[in-house]
Amino acid sequence: MTTVDTSVAPAVTVIASPVRRRRRTGPAGWLFVAGYTVLLVAFGIFPTVYAFYLALTNDRGQFTGLNQFVKVAQDYRFLPAFLNIALYLVMWLVALVVLTVAVAVVLRGRIRPGLSAIFRFLYYVPGALAGVASVLVWLFMLDPGVSPASGLLHALGFDSFAAVLAPGDLPVIFVLIAFWTGAGGWMVVMYGALNNIPDEVLEAARMDGAGPWRTAWNIQIPMIRKWIAYMTILAFAAGTQLFVEPQLLQTASLGRVSPTWSPNQLAYVYAFQKGDFNGAAAISVFLLALGLICAGVLVSRSDLFTVDDEA
Amino acid sequence: MSPRSMKSGARRRLTIAALSVTAVMLSACATAEQSTAPGGGGSPAAFEPAPQQDGSQITVWTDSTRLKSVQAYQAAHPEAKLNVVTYDGSADGSTYLQTKVQLFDRTGNGWPDVVFASTTDVTWASQPANPQAKAFAAPFDAGLVPQATLDGFAKGSLDPCKFNGHTYCLRNDIAQVVLWYNKKLMDEFGYQVPETWEQYEALGEKVAKEHPGYLIGSVGDTNSHESYFWSSQCPALSLVDARTLKSDLSDKNCTRMATLLDKLIAAKSLTTQGFFSQSFAKDNASKVLMANGPSWYGKYLFDGAFKVPAGQMAATGPLKWDGESTVATGNVGGGVWMVSSHTANLKTATDLVTWLTTSNENQAGAPTYPAYSAAAKAWLANPENKQYFATDVSDVLTKAADAVWTGWSNTRFSDATAWSNVVLPALTAGRTLTETLPQWQTAIIDEAKTVGYTIAGK
Repeated sequence: MTTVDTSVAPAVTVIASPVRRRRRTGPAGWLFVAGYTVLLVAFGIFPTVYAFYLALTNDRGQFTGLNQFVKVAQDYRFLPAFLNIALYLVMWLVALVVLTVAVAVVLRGRIRPGLSAIFRFLYYVPGALAGVASVLVWLFMLDPGVSPASGLLHALGFDSFAAVLAPGDLPVIFVLIAFWTGAGGWMVVMYGALNNIPDEVLEAARMDGAGPWRTAWNIQIPMIRKWIAYMTILAFAAGTQLFVEPQLLQTASLGRVSPTWSPNQLAYVYAFQKGDFNGAAAISVFLLALGLICAGVLVSRSDLFTVDDEA
Repeated sequence: MSPRSMKSGARRRLTIAALSVTAVMLSACATAEQSTAPGGGGSPAAFEPAPQQDGSQITVWTDSTRLKSVQAYQAAHPEAKLNVVTYDGSADGSTYLQTKVQLFDRTGNGWPDVVFASTTDVTWASQPANPQAKAFAAPFDAGLVPQATLDGFAKGSLDPCKFNGHTYCLRNDIAQVVLWYNKKLMDEFGYQVPETWEQYEALGEKVAKEHPGYLIGSVGDTNSHESYFWSSQCPALSLVDARTLKSDLSDKNCTRMATLLDKLIAAKSLTTQGFFSQSFAKDNASKVLMANGPSWYGKYLFDGAFKVPAGQMAATGPLKWDGESTVATGNVGGGVWMVSSHTANLKTATDLVTWLTTSNENQAGAPTYPAYSAAAKAWLANPENKQYFATDVSDVLTKAADAVWTGWSNTRFSDATAWSNVVLPALTAGRTLTETLPQWQTAIIDEAKTVGYTIAGK
C-alpha cells in the first residue's frame, strides 16, 4: 500500500508546480477573496451539502441511499417537468448564443460607435428589471385584451389569454421572457469581448481579403469562444432553475399552467405542499448534477480554465 | 510492480469501492416515503393545548373580504389584543397558508393563532405534517365550543371540517349552487325559467338560434366543475374511507353532464371563457342571460364584476334531472376558520372564531351566505342582502343550502388543479368535455396518489 502512496504523491506535485505561472501572493489577495468565500460557504457550499444530506435521508433522519432519487423520478410529474425544461433550454440557449453573438458582432463592426452605444443601452434596459416585474410586463403583452400588440396576437389566431397559454406555447413564452430580460446584458459582455481582439488581427484579416462575415466567422467568434462557453454555462445553470416565470404565470392564468411545469416548481411543491423536504432535495440534486455535467463538458471543450501565459 | 499494473490495480480497487458504495446505497436502506399518509395518524392523541397565557396577543390571518368582520370584533371587544394580518385566504387553490405552516413547523414558532382558510386546508391542518410536529388545527369539540353550537350549522356544512371524529374548523360560509338568471332579459325574450337540466339544455339551444351571442353559462373558470359536475352528483372525488379515494368519471352522472355541456358549447350559448378571466366582464358581461353558480355570484359576479343594475338578477333552482326526485347541488368554496393548536390564548381565539361564524351581529351583514343556520336566517332577513335582486332569493338559497351533495369529498389536494390545467386547456384547444373525461380522471388519480391516497376500483 505504501508504494502506491509514495508514487502518486510526486506525480501530483509535478503537474502542479512548473507549468503554473508564479504569482506573488499577499494579504490583499486573501482579503479580496475572503468576502466571497464566506458568502460562498454560507449560501453555496453549506446548502449544497445540506441538500445532499436531506436527499440521502428521510424525515425520520434514517439513511435511505438512493431511494429518494428513485421515488421522485417515479413521480408522474418528474419526466414532464424535465422534458419541459429540456425543450426550454434548447430553445433558449440556441437563441441566446446565436442572437447575442450576432448582435454583438454587428454592433461592433457595422454600426457607428455612438449609435452602437445607444443600442447596447436599450438592449440592456429590460435586464435591469427584476424577474417578477418582467413577467408582469409579458402578462400584459400576451393578453390579447390589453396588449399593445393585440393585432399581431389576433392575426396569429390567439383570441384570448387562455389560448395564448396553450401548453405547447409555454416554452416559447418563457424563452421570450428570458431573452428579453437576459440577453441584453450578454450582448454588452460579448461586445466587450470583441473589443479585446487586437485591431492588428482584424486589419491583417482585412488585408488578406476577408470580408465582414469571414472575419466574424473565422476570427472574431473563435477568439471569443471562451466567453461564449462562459455565457452558455451560466445561462444553462440559470435556465434549469426556471421558477418565477412559470409560477407567476400559473397564478395569473388562474391555474391553467401546471403548478409543476419546471423541476424547480416540482421541488417547491414537494417541500412546501407535501412537507417532503427530502424529496425536494433529491430533485435539486438532479438539477445540480445536470448543471455540473453541462459545465464540465463546456469547460473541457473550450479551455475555459487554462491560463494564457503572457509573453 | 510496473507503473502500468499498479495503475490498473488502483483502478480495480476504485471500481470495487465504487460498486460496494452503490450496493450500500441501493440495499438495506430505509424507505423514502413520508411518515404521514392521509388518515395514517392512527388513533389521534388527545388534544394537548400549548401553555396558556391569558390575555396574550393573538395573530389573526384573514382574507381581505373578512377583514372588516375581524375589525368589528376588535371594536366590540377592545380588551382582546389582536394582530391582524391580511393574506390571500387560500383562494383559487393557493397554498400560501400550507407553505407557511410547513415552515413554522420546521422552525418551531411563528404560527398564526386564528386563520381564515379554504376547506382543502383542513385536510392537512387536521393531521401532523411529520412525526415531530403537532396538527396545526385545534379540535373545536375538545371543550372549545359547546356541541349545541356545532349542531347549529347547516346540514353537512361541517363535513369538510371533520377528521377522525373531531371537528377542526368552523365553517364561515357556504356557496351552494343555484341557477342565476337575468329576469329582465328573460322577460324581454319571453323565455320560461328552466326547472330541470333538460329544460336548461333546450333553452340553451333556443338562445343560440334566436339570440346568438347570449350566454347561459360558462365552464371556463377554475371552479366551473363544482357548479356543473358536483351538481350532477358526479363521483369525481369520493373518499371511501380516510385513505381510499374513488374517482369514476365514466359514471353516467358525469357523462350526462359532459354531453349536455358539449352540446351547449358547440351551440355557443355556453362559453369556455371563464367569467373571471381577463376581459370577460368588459366584453361579454351584458350578454349573460343565465349562470349556474354559487350563492356569491349574486353580489360578486353580477353586481361587483359585471355591474348588472339592481332589480334585474334573480335565482332559481337548484336544477333537477328529469325523473329524479332528490334535489342535489354543488358547492363552490366557502371558507372556514381554524384555531391553531399552538396558540397561547385559546380563549380569545375561540371566542373570536365563534363570534365570526355564529353571531348575528357579524353574520347578518356578512359578504357571503353564512353556514350557521340561525345566522343565515338573520342574513336573509337583512334587506341589504336581497334588495339587489329582482325577486326574493331567500327560499331558493335556503333550499339549496341543505341540498349540497355530500358525495363530493374534501380531499388533501385541491380539485381545481386537474380541472384547470388539464380540462380547461383542452376545451380552449377545441376538444370536447366527453373526450377529455378520461384525461381528467387520470390527472385526479395521479394527484391523489402523490398525496398518499389508495385508489379504489369501480
